[in-house]
Amino acid sequence: MYTQALNDKDPSPAEDTIEDPVLAERFQSRIDQELRIEANDWMPAAYRRTLQRQIAQHAHSEVIGMQPEGNWLTRAPTLKRKAILLAKIQDEAGHGLYLYSAAETLGISREEMESQLLTGKARYSSIFNYPTLNWADMGAIGWLVDGAAIMNQVPLCRCSYGPYARAMVRVCKEESFHQRQGYDIMTQMAKGTAAQKAMAQDALNRTWWPSIMMFGPHDSDSSHSEQSMAWKIKRFSNDDLRQKFINATVPQAEYLGLTIPDPDLKFNEETGNWESGPIDWDEFKQVLAGNGPCNHLRLSTRQRAVAEGEWVREAAAAHAAKQSARATNKEEAA
Amino acid sequence: MSVQQALIDYSLRLADNANVLGHRFCEWSGKGPMLEEDLALSNLGLDLLGQARSFYSYAAELKGDGCTEDDLAFLRDANEYKNLLLVEMPNGDFAVTMLRHLLFSAYYLPFFVALSQSNDKTLAAIAAKAEREMAYHLRHSAEWVIRLGDGTEDSLKRMQDAIMVLWPYTGEMFESDEIDQQLVDAGVAIDPESLREQWHATINEVFQRAGLVEPESVWMQTGGRTGVHTEHLGFMLAEMQFLQRSYPGAEW
Ligand SMILES: [Fe+2]
Ligand SMILES: [Fe+2]
Repeated sequence: MYTQALNDKDPSPAEDTIEDPVLAERFQSRIDQELRIEANDWMPAAYRRTLQRQIAQHAHSEVIGMQPEGNWLTRAPTLKRKAILLAKIQDEAGHGLYLYSAAETLGISREEMESQLLTGKARYSSIFNYPTLNWADMGAIGWLVDGAAIMNQVPLCRCSYGPYARAMVRVCKEESFHQRQGYDIMTQMAKGTAAQKAMAQDALNRTWWPSIMMFGPHDSDSSHSEQSMAWKIKRFSNDDLRQKFINATVPQAEYLGLTIPDPDLKFNEETGNWESGPIDWDEFKQVLAGNGPCNHLRLSTRQRAVAEGEWVREAAAAHAAKQSARATNKEEAA
Repeated sequence: MSVQQALIDYSLRLADNANVLGHRFCEWSGKGPMLEEDLALSNLGLDLLGQARSFYSYAAELKGDGCTEDDLAFLRDANEYKNLLLVEMPNGDFAVTMLRHLLFSAYYLPFFVALSQSNDKTLAAIAAKAEREMAYHLRHSAEWVIRLGDGTEDSLKRMQDAIMVLWPYTGEMFESDEIDQQLVDAGVAIDPESLREQWHATINEVFQRAGLVEPESVWMQTGGRTGVHTEHLGFMLAEMQFLQRSYPGAEW
């Protein structure tokens, strides 16, 4: 699903040794002309590192993001919903794969990225560290989480780095289907029985704030934004995207007859914006620091899946090696 | 028994097989040994859920009492489910899952090929679509069984253990009763016994390439087709049917 401005510090600025100013200028002028940077083009080390980190985090988010929905897959209430949910989770695995491939073009291996995730060194979107507690959460995730992801990702289709931009075009098509199916679940729940409506409201209550935190810290506290904007990795600021999302979502909640859990939310006639109350950034920081309700569960579930698959991957590699040895023997005999 | 009733029961058995096995693949979601395999396992699950929906819908239509595919999937208890015991066997490790699917798809591919010629137009149409899907299922599971058998010492042992667990559930696929016989006579259904040779040839070939050994003579378990299941099915249905049971009459 999801990129998030996580406000990380660049881990190794010392590597930015003096770069050839001619190359650097040519690079920036290509970006300014809206030309794409491709894998074999020269790029500043910091540009490469920023993208490696962002794309890897995005890939990890897709993969970890399979879990909250996987939690309800075996309890899906109809065969149709079950098939749609299974296909959606499958799409997220596919997004993870395209994104790992896009990051690999920058010279980092999938193994390395996966090991960064498993050892807790790499981050993923904070939203997936919250639990899914009733069926309407499947609706709320599609509607709000995939919805927020789309706001973030549509501009990434024009990202200066070609392989990332192209991966995003594919991903965004599927995300909009995800959002529609989520809103469809919410609609069904909101017009359903009293118990279903209560589930829908409960899901919105729990998902609202984490989903608007998906856009990352306020612009005033965002350390990377300026550079990413200059590089045209980022096109809009965190606050602009968040505002766009809130403006789009408030009328949808109204249509559903659900209440957004923000008593301070109000419409500004002048700007035409729905202005939200203060965001609890302490909660955001705690979740990023590993203290969200599901951080441990999500990571340990992923670690277990990888560990339990180890013997399978070894067997596949051993078989492939035996096959090629047999082929060589045959050739030699011939 | 009327032909109509036999046809309902026959469709329900096919639906239950696909639904129960499809659910087992849902249990794999996010837990595959690599992401690529996660995608593949989901594909298998999606095909099976699609088949389940087609067969349940047909059964509902034949019943003609206004019930839906979901009523049949979510509101029948374990003793009313008529799936093979094989498909309700727990996923176990990846060796068990892939062997279970090989044993199943090596039967179901020729089954659907034959059923696509059924006198019953609806069953024939569902089978024609499912046949193409099942060809992929057989290829995928056979490739894995070969890789695992011909992989490491550990994977070979796991495969051989999986055979010991699952082989006793293969006999049930070839049983037939009054429902089958009546529909076979009408040119609607497939005589399960007629598939045995081809099934066995497929399994033999895969086992040979995998370096696996077929057990000699094993007592065969039975009961699924008459609603007498293993202990596993009740737990699966408790989970699967939770929402429909807890909130009767709700639309989802
Ligand atoms: Fe995604
Ligand atoms: Fe998505």
